[in-house]
Amino acid sequence: MSVFNQSRSNIIRLIFLGLFLIIIVQLFNLQVIQGKYKQLAMDNAVFAKTRYPDRGIIYDRKNRPILNNTIMYDLVVVPKEAKKTDTFGLCEILGIDTAEYNKRIKEASFKNGPYRPSIFEDLLEPQLQARLDENIWKFPGFALVERPVRVYPFNAAAHIMGYIGEADSTIIKRSGGFYHMGDYVGRNGLEAYYERVLMGQRGVEFLLKDNKNRLVGNYEKGRYDTPAIRGRNLHTYIDVELQQLAEKLISGKLGAVVALDPKTGGILAMASGPNYDPNTLTGPNKQKNYGRMVLDVKAPLLNRAIQGFYPPGSTYKPLGALIGLDEGVITPASGIGCTGAYYGCNKVVHCTEHWQGHSANLRLSIAWSCNSFFSDVFRKTIDNPEYHSSRAGLIQWTNYMHKFGLGHRIGVDLPSEIGGNVPDTTQYDKEYHRSWNSCTMVTIGIGQDKLTVTPLQMANSMAIVANKGYYYIPHFVKNIENETEKDTLLKKYREKHEVLTHIPNDVYDIVQEGMQDVVDHGTAQVARIPGINMCAKTGTAENKTVLDGRVIQLKDNSMFVCFAPREDPKICVAVVVQNAGFGASWAAPIASLMVEKYLTDSIRAERLPEIKRIAEANIIPDYFERLQYKTDSVRAYKWFNLTHDSDYIKKYLPRRSAKKENRAPAPVAMKPEKDKMINENLYAKRSTTDKRNP
Amino acid sequence: MNNQRNPTISKGVDSTLIWLYLLLVAIGLMSIFSVTYREGDDVLRSFLNFKTEYSKQLIFFGASLLLGLFILLTDSKFFTATANIWYAFGVLLLLLVFPFHSNVRGTESIIKLGGFNLQPAELMKLFVCLALAKYLSRVETDFNKTSSHLMAAGILLLPALITIAQHETGLALVFFAFFLVMFREGLPAGYLVIGFSLAVLVVATLLVDKNILAVIILIIALLTIYFGWRFTRQRRELIIIVSLVTVTCVGVQRFAVPFIFTHVLKGYQVERIFSLIGRENPYAKLNTVKGDDEPVDKKGKDTDYNVRQSKIAIGSGGFVGRGFLKGTQTRFEFVPEQRTDFIFCTIGEGFGFLGCLGVLGIYIFLLLRIVNIAERQRSVFSRCYAYGVASVFFFHIAINICMTIGLAPVIGIPLPFISYGGTSLLSFTTMLFILIRLDADRQMVLR
Repeated sequence: MSVFNQSRSNIIRLIFLGLFLIIIVQLFNLQVIQGKYKQLAMDNAVFAKTRYPDRGIIYDRKNRPILNNTIMYDLVVVPKEAKKTDTFGLCEILGIDTAEYNKRIKEASFKNGPYRPSIFEDLLEPQLQARLDENIWKFPGFALVERPVRVYPFNAAAHIMGYIGEADSTIIKRSGGFYHMGDYVGRNGLEAYYERVLMGQRGVEFLLKDNKNRLVGNYEKGRYDTPAIRGRNLHTYIDVELQQLAEKLISGKLGAVVALDPKTGGILAMASGPNYDPNTLTGPNKQKNYGRMVLDVKAPLLNRAIQGFYPPGSTYKPLGALIGLDEGVITPASGIGCTGAYYGCNKVVHCTEHWQGHSANLRLSIAWSCNSFFSDVFRKTIDNPEYHSSRAGLIQWTNYMHKFGLGHRIGVDLPSEIGGNVPDTTQYDKEYHRSWNSCTMVTIGIGQDKLTVTPLQMANSMAIVANKGYYYIPHFVKNIENETEKDTLLKKYREKHEVLTHIPNDVYDIVQEGMQDVVDHGTAQVARIPGINMCAKTGTAENKTVLDGRVIQLKDNSMFVCFAPREDPKICVAVVVQNAGFGASWAAPIASLMVEKYLTDSIRAERLPEIKRIAEANIIPDYFERLQYKTDSVRAYKWFNLTHDSDYIKKYLPRRSAKKENRAPAPVAMKPEKDKMINENLYAKRSTTDKRNP
Repeated sequence: MNNQRNPTISKGVDSTLIWLYLLLVAIGLMSIFSVTYREGDDVLRSFLNFKTEYSKQLIFFGASLLLGLFILLTDSKFFTATANIWYAFGVLLLLLVFPFHSNVRGTESIIKLGGFNLQPAELMKLFVCLALAKYLSRVETDFNKTSSHLMAAGILLLPALITIAQHETGLALVFFAFFLVMFREGLPAGYLVIGFSLAVLVVATLLVDKNILAVIILIIALLTIYFGWRFTRQRRELIIIVSLVTVTCVGVQRFAVPFIFTHVLKGYQVERIFSLIGRENPYAKLNTVKGDDEPVDKKGKDTDYNVRQSKIAIGSGGFVGRGFLKGTQTRFEFVPEQRTDFIFCTIGEGFGFLGCLGVLGIYIFLLLRIVNIAERQRSVFSRCYAYGVASVFFFHIAINICMTIGLAPVIGIPLPFISYGGTSLLSFTTMLFILIRLDADRQMVLR
């Protein structure tokens, strides 16, 4: 009947075809024209996971690992799967309450989402880890996950090795995107200096994730993955036993010990006091320990061997003699008639020796450390007629000092080295309005005035004397594993620095003989080791500090430099003990023990009590207690002003109770997170305080 | 006529349709497989253990084939004779949903029978198809009369309204596809014009501010009167008609659409419509329809999450696709309802534009084949039925694919023969095989 409607079948066909055409156009648009969807799908499903390689190991000269890797465990939770966990059991093992448990679960869900693992408690103590490992089946959703951690098997060389920490925003910015948030990076010491060598090469693994962000497998069976390449190991000159001895001897004191091999510039040991156990900065309590040390006014984190600078005192004298000899202003036979003081200038330079003839020649003057003689040598150097002016003379002297590696960073392979100070013409021009002469700075001749050096520089100066005119830049790393042409880090340590060219060997012998006399007959007889010819020089430098508006006269810094054996120098040692008195009292025995330990590989039994005596001695000046109290209370006050949280300031407020007598409580132990905030806010440049000290 | 006693069932059966059917089911099985299969699964064993979804689909396929065979063995007259009874039975089932519905997947349109979820609206498609064909093929029906139009419209609007009352608007829309059948049978084109205008009006309501739209309608009305004034003498009627139309339009725009959005559609459905056109839903807080907010797992993501992920999946396929089992979007469940409503993504991601073109080609071939078959029928019943089947298939295919590529709001209707699901496969198979049965008897005049 409706045959005449047949044409409508064509309309219906057209409707079908029309809509399909629209669909095809849209499909073409989505799949062929718009390219963005492929990337969007990749972003959805592929997760580029960074694989961190093991960091390189640092070995000592006898291939003992000083810095190694180990595995610690994090307790990790997937919040969504932890619903049926035995909450009470877990809380009991961890020693937390249910409220804390719920808080952490909530944090974890917030941070990484309920379907992905987040850290519940990191770096578990070994016993805790063992207990959890046994019971982990009771806690579905929880797992123990390995985490590589740095470990210091000898508990030594904290200042040298440094530590690693998460990269902060400055490091990330400076690296130009090389580091990312959460990457670990060497923050100090060799860990930082050799970061690129130790870190190895990070790998990337492309993983597939599903709609709930769970990782479900490798993308394309790992075809695009790059493997992580293990960091390369470092072999150092350090003798770990010598290092441990140095740390033992300097503990409880402010100061530094540096021992190096003059032939190579390799540093055998470097210790700074007060020191700390490097493992305290890797384990579970690292935040707390770090916070405590940062707030300590004695600055245990400071490496005084390269960051503490001291007037060298008499230890400068052999250098002064060498400059004079090289310049030709004195000869080994030069002498001066000293009767207890140098009267060449307006100000009198006193000398400790009064008897006639102690400064008859160079050797005697060194042996008796005659202040008059070396003041005279210095003035002769400055007023050298060859240069026609004392300005040119001072410039010449400054050049020598710079060549010796003084007055600027010597270039040791540690970050944040300090250069010390060698005064030059600009400094005196500024201070004396360009009117100065050799008398203005005459005490430089005896290592005073504006001259400051670091203990490392002192040790290096000894190497110049021991080597008879050359040195290698002091450094720790002997070689890098699989070293190639591209490793330029060690290049500068293999260059010989010839600094004195005009002095014949027999003249060096005279200087060295004078220094040997110091040990054999002079001020450093305590340092004598039978059978070893040791050359040495003691030093003492006055120092003062200002506390509560008053100037306090502190005990002198005790200093000692030496090298041995004289015939074939194998070790140079420089020791500084702050506020310890004469150079011979503390510094000399420390250096002597170091030399004995290194050269004979042991220490005679009769000296063991001496080690004990020195190690147990605490020569930290009393005023630190007061200083600590002051800085703590000031910090508490600033904290109060910042946050109106009276927790910390309370104990510093005067009270009528008996507590008033307790004027100087121990450093306040604050909660780690608060410590961190305070550090960041107020004590960003904490390490600078020590510079004012000596 | 006597030949009908011939025992071979293959006689007159359109093998093309059967091949297309088998091809589509195979594509479906493969797509479901590629979504569910995990690396390392034993393919053969998991295909036969009846636990995985592709294995279950295989069972449904077997059941469908059995049912198809059974249908081919029945007499064509059975369908004409019982069409109205089926329809009555279907309406009864639909009404039974109200007291007996179970809250599966947040819908109110399912009766639970033991372990089987029966969705009467799904069956109703078939029954309406039969009943409409029956009505239109009656000798006494004169499809030039308006009363017949109303009667025919009533046949499909009754189940549509009941389904809307069950808040299954998506399913209800399927019934409107039968207007195509009526159009073929001589429904005046004016109806389609009115229907189209109404659709334009509703879309305009969504896109344009309601006051501006009212002014626009008024301007159109005045212009109509102004131009109509010269061409007609019955100016009074003109004014009355235009005024009535204007009032209706404004009524629809002011009251009907907001009413539907707040009282008929569920909140999430309104959200989907507005997310499709990229507007904020102004009725969000006014919605009074009860029931679960969203049947699929929302995971706190915004409403167009499904469509966005679906578009990413299809778009990432590119021209030639990422390869079988290589698609990350579909294999890691980024697209919700992956196996059922959004199965097309799997094809789009795995086989790209070419693969989509292939599947669309098969579908259009199927639809045009059905139209051709319809046109070769001697009996009006068979023709109407065939058009009904074509309309339902077309509606499903078009809406389902458009929804995956962001051209239509998300309505939960399956892709025929490809989507996972026993009910949909069985009902589509039944529809197709009844058509094949009727076509085999195309020389007969069925009443």
